Amino acid sequence: MEKAKVTTVQNEPAAEGREAPERKPAVELIGLTKYFRSIPVNDNIDMSIYKGEILSLLGENGSGKTTLMNMLSGIYFPDAGHIRVNGKPVVINSPKDALDLHIGMIHQHFKLVDVLTAAENVVLGLNESFRLNLRSVKREVEAICQRYGFEVDPDKKVYDMSVSEKQTLEIVKVLYRGADILILDEPTAVLTPQETKRLFEVMRNMKRDGKSIVIITHKLHEVMEISDRVAVLRKGKYVGDIETAKTSPQELTDMMVGRSVSLNIERPEPHDVRECLRVEHLSVTDADGVRKLDDVSFKAYGGEILGVAGISGSGQKELLEVVAGLQGAEPGSVVIYTDRDGRTSSLIGKTPMEIKKLGVHLAFVPEDRLGMGLVGDLDIADNMLIRTYTEGGGIFVNMKKPRKLAEEIVEEFEVVTPDMLTPVRKLSGGNVQKVLVGREISGEPSLLMSAYAVRGLDINTSYTIYRLMNEQKEKGTAVIYVGEDLDVLLELCDRILVLCGGRVSGIVEGRKTTKEEVGLMMTHVGAVRAE
Amino acid sequence: MDTVLAQMISLITTAVSFGTVIMYGSLGEILTEKSGHLNLGVPGIMYMGGIGGLTGAFLYQTWTAEPVPGVGLVIALLSTLVCSVLGGLIYSFLTVTLRANQNVTGLTLTIFGSGLANFFGGSLSKLAGGVGQISVAVTSSAFRATQHATDSLVTLVSRGAGESGFMRVLSGILDTLDKTVFSYGFMVYLAVVIAIILSRFLNKTSRGLNLRAVGENPATADAAGINVTRYKYLATCTGAAISGLGGLYYVMDYIKGTWANDGNIEALGWLAVALVIFATWKPLRSVWGAYLFGALYWLYNFIPGQSRSMQEIFKMLPYVVTIIVLISVSLRRKRENHPPSSLGLSYFREDR
Repeated sequence: MEKAKVTTVQNEPAAEGREAPERKPAVELIGLTKYFRSIPVNDNIDMSIYKGEILSLLGENGSGKTTLMNMLSGIYFPDAGHIRVNGKPVVINSPKDALDLHIGMIHQHFKLVDVLTAAENVVLGLNESFRLNLRSVKREVEAICQRYGFEVDPDKKVYDMSVSEKQTLEIVKVLYRGADILILDEPTAVLTPQETKRLFEVMRNMKRDGKSIVIITHKLHEVMEISDRVAVLRKGKYVGDIETAKTSPQELTDMMVGRSVSLNIERPEPHDVRECLRVEHLSVTDADGVRKLDDVSFKAYGGEILGVAGISGSGQKELLEVVAGLQGAEPGSVVIYTDRDGRTSSLIGKTPMEIKKLGVHLAFVPEDRLGMGLVGDLDIADNMLIRTYTEGGGIFVNMKKPRKLAEEIVEEFEVVTPDMLTPVRKLSGGNVQKVLVGREISGEPSLLMSAYAVRGLDINTSYTIYRLMNEQKEKGTAVIYVGEDLDVLLELCDRILVLCGGRVSGIVEGRKTTKEEVGLMMTHVGAVRAE
Repeated sequence: MDTVLAQMISLITTAVSFGTVIMYGSLGEILTEKSGHLNLGVPGIMYMGGIGGLTGAFLYQTWTAEPVPGVGLVIALLSTLVCSVLGGLIYSFLTVTLRANQNVTGLTLTIFGSGLANFFGGSLSKLAGGVGQISVAVTSSAFRATQHATDSLVTLVSRGAGESGFMRVLSGILDTLDKTVFSYGFMVYLAVVIAIILSRFLNKTSRGLNLRAVGENPATADAAGINVTRYKYLATCTGAAISGLGGLYYVMDYIKGTWANDGNIEALGWLAVALVIFATWKPLRSVWGAYLFGALYWLYNFIPGQSRSMQEIFKMLPYVVTIIVLISVSLRRKRENHPPSSLGLSYFREDR
């Protein structure tokens, strides 16, 4: 068995330059096919990955990107087709086989053991010696870090790490195992812009070192920035590949969706504006005594979209949870809700159920999509029922309505599912999100709150969600939209509330402000007062 | 003064021999649980180990005219290992390969094990000529043979004692040491050795690290190239073998090579499961935990004037202590004290 060690660069960039007429494919996928319950998720896919390139794998949710890469990394076994590595046909039965072929994948959900340290995670499964020799592991980890510009503390426990540290550790782990072909599944979905920038630098360093990198992502501007070539999948089929330099976001979108899609977000002028939510001096302290929100005051109006911007963890989650009744507030906090008939009531001290009945709906999409809002083992219709199970007086539940609603959502949002009885956790991430957002919108809310509603969603579905938000706004609903993509916030929202470390940095007009201004306000309270 | 000392010595020896039974059970269960499998069949496996060893020794002693203690010991050990590994195999085939519910499988195995053991125990008694007649004294003597390591020292010291007070104290200490530490059969020491080996294995070796990873996060272990199924099988079956030794020790040493259909092994098995939690999945902690449980369980014997009902309340102490440990562990929120994260969950690679 080959000992997986850090391979010193084999193809040292002797004369790098532009001598690439005969590029050798590092990996060739030939006719790969995979079925899940008789649905082809990957249908006869031919694709090549070349040495020393960064390839973007682009496709809508459920188009089979992750499945395809999982077959390459040994998680799934293809139902048909085969794989060639460096020209030789290979059979990849397990992740170990893949690693022996120098293929390593960094999964969207990190494959790390929480209670172990970074170094322990790195040597996991290698059995280099009978006794654990962590000292030599640490040395080698540090060598890798130096070479590519990572920062990893080998003695830190994984549960103490931030998302970005975990991701770095994952990359170091596969490099330690001697991977020459790295697959990154939506690596930027959980990173801040700064962290993304650092990741891209590291990726370029690895490419210079002769490694091949496949990056799965939805974000077109990242595709344009980082990759040399783009391969596009649509509904499990390979659409084609194109050099990044020769294409545009619009063309890529069209390839992905299969028809022309407008990349402009509409923003109708608000009309019949009325006060819906008034928050004054809202403060929240979490269980560890940390101030999460500090004297937050703002108003949300029916008929407009209020954006909430801020670096992740600035109190967005707590803000929504207080309004929804899931989180207590400090004494002195005021949250007044006005319904469509002009009746006002205080939301502080009410149960989530009472608040929901008033018409306040929360489509909260946490980092872990299934964590809050949906029950993974239930099917779509059952998940619809969770919202309405208290309706009707009898002891039996009425499944007719939820079932109908489930069918409508599947149809309208184009949810890809084998059938209506499939448990939600078996759907791909984007489809899960469509189900959740669809359900919350269906309840005719008068205040709709959503957090990261398009996180991890492809372009087409994202635009569907923007359209739905606008529809709600037209109906006179007050929409609070917590987002992370500043471009979208600036295009979609009427006003933007900027949070910084739990305090309100300012409220700006979406039509007048700039990305730079909001960015600055996100990092410094009161840096700019635009009101 | 002397009676108090004698009482103390008696409590310690009772605690140690009682504790050894549950220590075996809990050490095996710790190894099994480290692979992410909650085997509630420990009492059943201890039963199977116990009856296996007894049957082996009984048949050997019945068929040979002049049984040799050492041979009986080896036969009993081997038949215990075979029977308890068989129990482990049943459990792992159901929960690892067929991915059956671990709680249900474990409980079923306990019922199966105790039924099997009591059936054969009853049959053996009949063969031996009636209830209470079965006795494998010869083999049992090999299990109970003690090495009074300090014996010669004691005699040496006490010979010269008489005169000086210092020598008398020294001889007293040696005597106490002899009675509390060196007065047991070899299986008492074997249990401690196994605990130390397990602890070193889990914390200091590559394969130990792999095993912990399998129990924490099998998908991660799998992606790291670890053969999850093999680790689960090996951990469960080795764990069962260790637990089974607890049954053997009970039969051969604790009740001196006899059999009673009284359900005691099952009670001890559940205590072993509680001990796993008390030890927070650390083998070394289970050593002193076992002795502590033993001391608490038998404490009523050493407090004069207890009514029957008070005695039963005293026997609850080990469980009360376990609950207190659970509460304090939860309050401290230290991740290292938590059970393996994927304990009780089946793993299937292509599941998402």
